[in-house]
Amino acid sequence: MFERLYVMLMKEFLELKRDRWAMFRLIVPLVIQMLVFGYAATFTVHHVPTAILDLDQSQASRSLISHFVATSRFDIVDVAKTQSAITNDIDQDRAVIAIVIHAGFSRDMENGRSAPLQVIVDGTNSNTALIALGYISQIAAQFSLEQSSRAFSPRVGSAPPEIGISLQTRPWFNEGLNDRWFFIPGVIGTLTLMQVVSLTAFAIVREREVGTLEQIMVSPIRPIEFILGKTVPFFLIGLGDIAVVTIFGMLWFRIPFVGSPWVMLLGASLFLLAALGMGLLLSTFSRTQQQAFALNFFFVNPFFILSGFAFPIAAMPRLLQWFTVINPLRYFLVVIRAVFLKGVGLAVLWPDLAAMALLALVMLTISVLRFRKSLD
Amino acid sequence: MNVRRLFALAFKETLQVWRDPRSLAIALLMPLMQMALLGYGVSLDIKHVPLCIYDQENSQESHAVVEHFVSSSWFSISRTLDRQADLRNAIDRGECSAAIVIPVDFSRALATTGTASIQAIFDATDVNTTNIALGYAQGTIAQANAQIAAQWAAAHGVRPSLVGRVDLEPSTWFNETLDSRNFIIPGVVAVILALVGAQLTSLTISREWERGTMEQLISTPVTALEVMLGKLIPYFVIGLVDAGFCLAGAVFWFGVPFRGNVGTLFVTTVLFLIVVLGIGYLISVRIRSQLGASQIALLVTLLPTTLLSGYTFPIDQMPAPIRALSLVVYPRYYVTILRAIFLKGSSLADLWTPLLGLTAYALIIIWLAARAFRKRLD
Repeated sequence: MFERLYVMLMKEFLELKRDRWAMFRLIVPLVIQMLVFGYAATFTVHHVPTAILDLDQSQASRSLISHFVATSRFDIVDVAKTQSAITNDIDQDRAVIAIVIHAGFSRDMENGRSAPLQVIVDGTNSNTALIALGYISQIAAQFSLEQSSRAFSPRVGSAPPEIGISLQTRPWFNEGLNDRWFFIPGVIGTLTLMQVVSLTAFAIVREREVGTLEQIMVSPIRPIEFILGKTVPFFLIGLGDIAVVTIFGMLWFRIPFVGSPWVMLLGASLFLLAALGMGLLLSTFSRTQQQAFALNFFFVNPFFILSGFAFPIAAMPRLLQWFTVINPLRYFLVVIRAVFLKGVGLAVLWPDLAAMALLALVMLTISVLRFRKSLD
Repeated sequence: MNVRRLFALAFKETLQVWRDPRSLAIALLMPLMQMALLGYGVSLDIKHVPLCIYDQENSQESHAVVEHFVSSSWFSISRTLDRQADLRNAIDRGECSAAIVIPVDFSRALATTGTASIQAIFDATDVNTTNIALGYAQGTIAQANAQIAAQWAAAHGVRPSLVGRVDLEPSTWFNETLDSRNFIIPGVVAVILALVGAQLTSLTISREWERGTMEQLISTPVTALEVMLGKLIPYFVIGLVDAGFCLAGAVFWFGVPFRGNVGTLFVTTVLFLIVVLGIGYLISVRIRSQLGASQIALLVTLLPTTLLSGYTFPIDQMPAPIRALSLVVYPRYYVTILRAIFLKGSSLADLWTPLLGLTAYALIIIWLAARAFRKRLD
């Protein structure tokens, strides 16, 4: 058996070696994509184009505006004179946020009434809008506090402004709330999944379509040996991929890697087995490369979107949450993020590792069975 | 160009599609399935953040604060902790993504000085969720504080405050409910069309090479232009049907507000399909093996379309070189156009910048594609 397997492996590696472009196609795009997507994937909100209309023109209103000028979160793109000018700014995409300080703003503040501050948000990108609104309300709260602490003196007999609870926020694992730390481990998992599944799915279908599958079938090789021979090279390529992009992510993007490399290796191996199983399973359902390609597209995109890469699984409807149970990427993202940032070990990660192992086992078994049937 | 030859080629290609029902079914069903999966999956609306409470004091005052979190619809209390060690454990295991820790001297500090601090701990591995949960926590505390300030003022016989507060009156335009689906689903349509389109055409020529039918095709009197059009027309029809499915799904199933005009939508969609199918065809002509063609197609579509088109990650927040790179990612124009047509009701005139980009793209692709096919066997 080992001799046959060895021959089969040699054939696969030879084929890979003969294809001068193969190595280039396998490594270079991976690193480039890592670089580009590492920079592109961010939900941070900075320099939001903002238009301001100050109808009060008082010291208080100018002081409020200076708060917006001072932060890099907002860029004042227009100091408007009329309400219609500000409406135009939003309509024509010059500004995403418009702030209107109405006449009587400072009078309301001084008289202890609530002073309305009108904020118009272009909600087209709801995430940016939500986060920007959060910043604005922080600025408004900060401004109110400053104004009231200036006015407070014990003699007047009013309550000191800072009465109440102060919230001390402690973001664990990522103190600086740097979202690159969140996305880059995700990019590593996604890139590997895409590459391994498509390579595997095509490998067998190509033999079938080019007609060399018959030659293999008449040879004494058994289905399990054939499948091993096909998948072992891709497993090694996948491990190499993960190692290259992980090291690249650590060195270039300076992402901390606080966990154990062994847990990472175990997680990566189980993930790759599941990805190989998926590719093989897809290949048993396709007669032509075009079908394999279409199926690949069909599954890889939802697996990527529904993995928790960017969209939290908790925010999905219950039915879709169930669907993600069969998604190996979902588990690997938990593992890779935990290893990178949290440094937790098997005690915490075993359910995700076990799930990947189970998925790999089921998919590999089904594909071996289906493959054997198609040979008979 | 000979119309009869063109027709014959288009007919042959249609037959080929027709005789491979599996591929045809995939081409027509795939966008629908993807719409269903992605339309529901792409939501950033975080409600009910799982929260752990570690109340070290267990006093009436601390319970009052906890009550604010319990009654808030932003959080759902997943666990009440008794020990510091459990806290780390609960966050490690992902039982909660945020935790509130109330210290032992909470009520004493509040009674004597009027101020006290509590800790909010977040699992910041998911930064976006943390940012949003942080805002929720601050909002909840602000509510609690209003109550505490009023009580304190009443107990000490002073007026609450002499100075007014700034009261935010936000009004949101175009996507009034700030529902993330309304902004992401038009993007999903663009991404699906880009993927399906590339998948449809990127193997058409390399298949002829691998099956050995290229010699026969070359020996006929067809011209390069006829090959291009003949190959693209059947897929263009499929692409239009797919686009119809997806756009109808966005409006009628997911209820994304449609404020624009159908004519604008049609013109821009046709332009986009030309670009998408043309690129698939170009890849197919350039790369002879189906494996290579499919890998390149996957490479230039899936991730760039998802990450650089602005459909989830705002392009204006990216560093300048990446922003420049995104100009090449053709779905970005269509994403911008679709969003504007759906949510803002923009007309062709309003959309001239992305339209210019898309038109330029279409012209370049057609020009390249028309010249790409060579009747040579080497």
